[in-house]
Order: sequence, then C-alpha cells, then structure tokens
Amino acid sequence: MAMDAAEIERLIKAALPDAQVTIEDLRGDGDHYAAHVVSGAFLGKSRVQQHQLVYQALGARMGGQLHALALQTSAPEE
Amino acid sequence: MEATTQDRIRQQVTETPVVLFMKGTPVFPQCGFSAAVVQILSHMGIKFKGIDVLSDPGVRQGIKEFSNWPTIPQLYIKGEFIGGCDIIREMFETGELKQLFEGKGVPVRA
Repeated sequence: MAMDAAEIERLIKAALPDAQVTIEDLRGDGDHYAAHVVSGAFLGKSRVQQHQLVYQALGARMGGQLHALALQTSAPEE
Repeated sequence: MEATTQDRIRQQVTETPVVLFMKGTPVFPQCGFSAAVVQILSHMGIKFKGIDVLSDPGVRQGIKEFSNWPTIPQLYIKGEFIGGCDIIREMFETGELKQLFEGKGVPVRA
C-alpha cells in the first residue's frame, strides 16, 4: 500500500505546476506522509477547496493507497 | 420509497447541528485521525453526533461523494462541510474553530 514521496510530489506538480511541495515521511515507512503545498492556485480559496485541489491531483490513490497524508496548504506570501 | 444514501446523508447533516462522520464511535474511535477530531470536539465541550462509517459501507462511500472529499473523518456544522482532521486541527490551533462554532450558534465550553 506504500507510495513513494517523489511520486506524490510529481502528481501534485502535474496538476499544480507552480507548487512548492515539501513532503516528510513521518515514520520512514513510506506510508505516513505530511505534505505542505504552496501554490498560487490556492489564492482566494477556502482550506477545503485548497485541499480538494491536492486530492484531485492524487486522484483515487487518496484514501486508498495513501491512507495517511497530513496536508497543509497555503497560497504564496505576498 | 427508499431514500438514496445521498438523501440520507443530507438529512443527517441538517437535522443535527454538529455531525462527525468517523471510523468507530466517539467512545471507541478506530482510527487515529477520527480520534484526534473527537478529542478536539470533546475538549471544546461540543455536543456532536458521531456516525460510524465502518458499520455502513454505503455511507462510507456515499459521504466521500457527498462532499467530494476522499477521506474520513469529516466534520459538518449545520449542514456545511468544514473539513477533515488536518483542517480541524489547524482551525482549532488558530482559534478559528471556536469562532466558527460560536458564529453558528453552537455553544463552546473551552
């Protein structure tokens, strides 16, 4: 069920090309990640909408292959 | 006539002010993310209804379609989807969650 951090980053960047993605493998087991995503696409959007954009990028993997992805999103600082 | 799962979910989130779709029950959460949200709500003294998606596969899938959100837990206040574990935790830490509950007329203790 594990997924590579580089693969997560690639999928996010494919959908949000300007994204700065920081991924941390929380337990070193390739199964529990924390991701911080910064993208201009998040400007003016609610947190729910921001996370939805990232979930869309990950598609069906989220909740299946990827059980534990703690997500933090923000728009770039002015 | 049998209500569809989507109708049933819509009814559940509107007839109770605070609803948490979770894995397990508030007393025995079956997942760390669900447990974390239960802990936050309990700490704030929020009265809420927990719905165990593990006991109902239709709801487990249906709730993800209802909110276009792929993971459990999911918190609803007065019919509005507020977020999953990460968002609730972040909003709790910044004090936004308390403001939101108060703004929606839900009593908060802490």
